[in-house]
Amino acid sequence: MTVAFTTLDPAVYADWLMRLGDNTLILGHRLSEWCGHSPVLEEDIAMANTALDLLGQTQLWLGLAGEVEGKGRTADNLAYLRDASRFRNVLLLERPNGDFGQTLMRQFLFDAFHLELLKSLQTSSDPRVVEIAGKAIKEVAYHLERSADLVIRLGDGNGESHGRMQSALDDLWPYVGELFVSDDVDKAVADAGIGPDPADMKAAWRQTVDEVLRAATLSVPGEGYVHKGGKRGVHTEHLGYILAEMQFLQRAYPGATW
Amino acid sequence: MKKEWPLWEVFIRGQHGLNHRHVGSLHAPDAEMAIKNARDVYTRRNEGVSIWVVEANNITASSPSDKGPLFEPSNSKVYRHPTFFDIPEEVGHM
Repeated sequence: MTVAFTTLDPAVYADWLMRLGDNTLILGHRLSEWCGHSPVLEEDIAMANTALDLLGQTQLWLGLAGEVEGKGRTADNLAYLRDASRFRNVLLLERPNGDFGQTLMRQFLFDAFHLELLKSLQTSSDPRVVEIAGKAIKEVAYHLERSADLVIRLGDGNGESHGRMQSALDDLWPYVGELFVSDDVDKAVADAGIGPDPADMKAAWRQTVDEVLRAATLSVPGEGYVHKGGKRGVHTEHLGYILAEMQFLQRAYPGATW
Repeated sequence: MKKEWPLWEVFIRGQHGLNHRHVGSLHAPDAEMAIKNARDVYTRRNEGVSIWVVEANNITASSPSDKGPLFEPSNSKVYRHPTFFDIPEEVGHM
């Protein structure tokens, strides 16, 4: 029996919504770092499109987080005026871009998770969540199609591209576990029927990932150490550099608009 | 080995348009990626409902230097325009 979403502690609910919004914000920012630097024009535009999709989703998730929290904070406040320890994104997404293969592999591993998450949010007990997820899922379905395609083409490409994709996978694999670790926030949200228990999404995610990596002739690393902490605000040093760039303007010139 | 991806010509059918129209070209390793790239490069502002791509070297084009023999002879043949028929009133607009 699930309880209505309205009975969930607003602080807990807002915390969970920030996880969604911070994931899309930080990944979107990472992708935007490629703008003007991608290996080819077509990829440059595609990557920027994805970054903008994610930024749009961020606005909606963080907007709802502010509303649920009820302290008058807007999506902009949350994005630009929180310190690193208040960010709730998973560590995977703050990994440095590395080479193009690493960026793509990170994208693929997250896209496969993101799509599963949005699928399950379609039946959330909170209609506001259903609405946002309904808009985002179309964008993310395309993100996954694109990143999966490129992972296959590069993994099953030449020796150079195969080697780079395999080492990207090996480097990032210890960070994917965090996506599926449930904590008290996840459990409360699942009990309220708002979102899934992350652990329940792992099998479907793994199926997509195995299928694509097999086609890409890449070997899946074994289970090993899992880096985690981002979801409760314990971040790597990389997030600080991201925020320094992203928040500089609002910190230096509070309220600046243009 | 050739390092550049092949060039593709992109045709898009607009929201209200009837035919696919040539909108430009792009590079992609294969047809499937060409469709995806075309989606990202040419339909960002909701321009289309359908995309065709064709590898540029599969297009056979008329030669500009043949312009005279190919096209000029039809200049002086007004009788090829069906404007010399009297259309009865009751037929209406054709």
